[in-house]
Amino acid sequence: MSGIGSALLNSLDIGLLLFIIAVGLNIVFGVLNIINFAHGALYMLGAYLAFTLINLAGMPFWAALVLAPIGVAILAVIIDRLLLRYIYDRDIADSLLLTFSVLLIINESVRLIWGSGIQVVEPPSLLAGSINILGGSVAAYSVFVIVIGLVILAGLWYLFNRTRIGRIMRAASLDRDMAEALCINTRLVVTGVFAFGAWLAALGGVIAAPMRAVDPGMGDKIIIESFIVVVIGGLGSFPGALIGALVLGLIHGFGGRYLPDVNLLLPFVGMALVLLFKPNGIMGRSTSL
Amino acid sequence: MKAKVVLACLLLVIAALVAVPWIASYFYVFIFTEILIMGLFAVSFNLIFGYTGMLSFGHAAFFGVGSYATALVLIHLQWPFLACLLVSMGVSAVLALVIGYLSVRLNEVYFAMLTLAFGMMIFAIAYQWRSITGGSDGLAGFTLGSFGLGIDLTLSNPAVYYHVVLAIVGIASLVLYVICRSSFGLVLKAIRQNPERVAFAGLNVRTYRLVAFIIAGTFAGLAGGLIAPFLRVASPELIHWSTSAEPVLMSILGGTGYFLGPFIGSAVFVLLETWITSFTGSWMLVLGIILALMVVFFRKGLLGTFLDWWMEVKK
Amino acid sequence: MTSPILTISNLTKRFGGNTAVSAINLEVMPRETIAIIGPNGAGKTTFYNMVSGRMLPTEGSIILDNQDITGLPPHKISRLGVSRSFQINNIFPEMTVQENVEVVLSAYHGHSRKLFNIASRNTAVQEEAKELLTRLSINGLADRRAEVISYGDKRLLEIAMVLATRPKLVLLDEPTAGMTPDETRRTTALIRKLASGGEYTFLITEHDMEVVFNLADRILVMHRGEKLFAGTPEEVKNHPEVRTAYLGEEDEEQETET
Repeated sequence: MSGIGSALLNSLDIGLLLFIIAVGLNIVFGVLNIINFAHGALYMLGAYLAFTLINLAGMPFWAALVLAPIGVAILAVIIDRLLLRYIYDRDIADSLLLTFSVLLIINESVRLIWGSGIQVVEPPSLLAGSINILGGSVAAYSVFVIVIGLVILAGLWYLFNRTRIGRIMRAASLDRDMAEALCINTRLVVTGVFAFGAWLAALGGVIAAPMRAVDPGMGDKIIIESFIVVVIGGLGSFPGALIGALVLGLIHGFGGRYLPDVNLLLPFVGMALVLLFKPNGIMGRSTSL
Repeated sequence: MKAKVVLACLLLVIAALVAVPWIASYFYVFIFTEILIMGLFAVSFNLIFGYTGMLSFGHAAFFGVGSYATALVLIHLQWPFLACLLVSMGVSAVLALVIGYLSVRLNEVYFAMLTLAFGMMIFAIAYQWRSITGGSDGLAGFTLGSFGLGIDLTLSNPAVYYHVVLAIVGIASLVLYVICRSSFGLVLKAIRQNPERVAFAGLNVRTYRLVAFIIAGTFAGLAGGLIAPFLRVASPELIHWSTSAEPVLMSILGGTGYFLGPFIGSAVFVLLETWITSFTGSWMLVLGIILALMVVFFRKGLLGTFLDWWMEVKK
Repeated sequence: MTSPILTISNLTKRFGGNTAVSAINLEVMPRETIAIIGPNGAGKTTFYNMVSGRMLPTEGSIILDNQDITGLPPHKISRLGVSRSFQINNIFPEMTVQENVEVVLSAYHGHSRKLFNIASRNTAVQEEAKELLTRLSINGLADRRAEVISYGDKRLLEIAMVLATRPKLVLLDEPTAGMTPDETRRTTALIRKLASGGEYTFLITEHDMEVVFNLADRILVMHRGEKLFAGTPEEVKNHPEVRTAYLGEEDEEQETET
């Protein structure tokens, strides 16, 4: 496969993985008006749980793909009931501070439980090799990531456009007054949305585990990436998360290949450019003062 | 009357701080040097958080860059220490202008995310630009020469360095205090409480936020310039967001509503860190739990909670 | 013949398919008091938001003293001499009443740009704040925290803050809304005194007809974003269309509200 072709494919799998994670952050923000700083930590927990289930408990990858995100979602319910419920009606700074403290707690707990070293999760044998598409050989795992990304995309589209709860969530993210008028801020919905965001983060973590290093720093990396995605795409916007993720995917896919010396900087440069010309992001609603 | 009591307490504390090298062991000289430097870092942060209402998770960018600036000037130019500090402040101020320009335009949530992201960008630069910054090892092996202004000091002596830090932090805090009490400071407080009303009074809120951000960044740079010779290294860790978390925590711990709150937070933080790391490596875990508890139950910080309690007792 | 201080032509605001304000024209002469009335949703607040720079008009122009201020940001419009109050209280809750006014005064005088002048030593500003509070007869509350004073006093504090920028044009958005009858009487008398002093030009929206007829030189009646009628209080009182379309509706509305 040509250089450009494989860079494109690479961009797409990174982009869709980022989408799964960032859209969770965006949904939580849209409905609850909270930026979850611990979102990356929940992603990391997904990866570590998958590592434990596969390498230590001997489960197949597919079981971990189902179970680990559910485990993290349950933890999110506990976090919500134990801590976040105190600050939903407070100033937004308090939710930033509180989720930040959760991030510190999870990061350090991961170090305590699993150690500081790098853990390796092998992809399932079915996805280990490469397959031939359009006359070129492509890593099977990349194709898997793209497929699962598209499935989540379609699922979320269905949720937001075809189900009542999804429409309410979307309405809430567009207009908070309307959300209050519809009385959606019931405890169940709040907890449910927070847990759903965590589920998406952890799902991203399981998918990322065989692709990337599983280490205690992985959550920090992804939370920065997610922030860049939502800033580029627009905070609280569902299509914005997709566009932002694909833009960042392209920056990584092509930057890593053609500009390796500065590839760590490129996402920030992209973000700064979007901020200069479209301060609210490509799909963002106005939040300027 | 009340002002006199506060002033008397303050003078007592300052006298005690001056006396530290004569009444305590070297170990505590180091501890107090760190408390003072981190206290200045936290007070500069609280100018934008407690006063102006902007929560930054990237304040370590200015602290770290300040430390690199002093280290680089010492390594390559061997200028007097005061000149190094001025360079640290200047570089941090310019950086704060650029990051601030892009970040203060939007609401609180964006501001928090952007400061974190830009902070990590500076971290990435320090990490990748090995030829200048020394990469992950950072910069070490520099030594302090003269102090400047023709003042003859043996800066390599920890007690002397402590007194230099005490004097500089004292002067810097006084400057910040005056800024907080000025008409400009009053407007910053007004912006935290109701930015829209300030705009309708004819002020450009963005400009005021940006100026506050630059002042905070400049003094964080000064604190960074002081920490490099103390740690004998300027490393990417000083830029990392876990360092940005420290002034956040110190301010919350001491009380964001009080000028001296962050200093009290810094003292408690450093002493607690020293104590806890003596028997467990999980300082960050303890930190997270303390932060969560403070935010949920003691949002006014130790100073605020104490003053509320004191008022109750007096009644 | 003096020239108008404010000339509004064809001012229009659309939200998606809805037209909140439609082609309003208005000329305001110096030192007059104009009331804008209309039922809820008539577009009064949207109209204010455009004049004060809080919202961008879809069409039309706003000329203040021969200067086009259409679409300028709020702080610039305020600098040019338009000052407004809000329907909901818009003060600095954690400051004292005195400090609330001082913030606006130091903004107006440009002190707020000085980093090193201690605010509590600025006696000129303090005197001026005291004087303003006295004019609104809330000087007794100067040292109280703004969040603890009564609702009516907060509204008066807001008027003091509005006047602190020495505006050419004062926009008051329902100054007596939510007040007790007693507070309403007090406030109406105060505004009347300020208006008759020949110092200010007022634009007032108000629900309370008694207040409107008591204060206004001219009245603009809005209905569903459009101008229904404009004239003196007498003309408005006697206009049949206004009576049926607005005053009647207003009565109904008040009944359902209570």
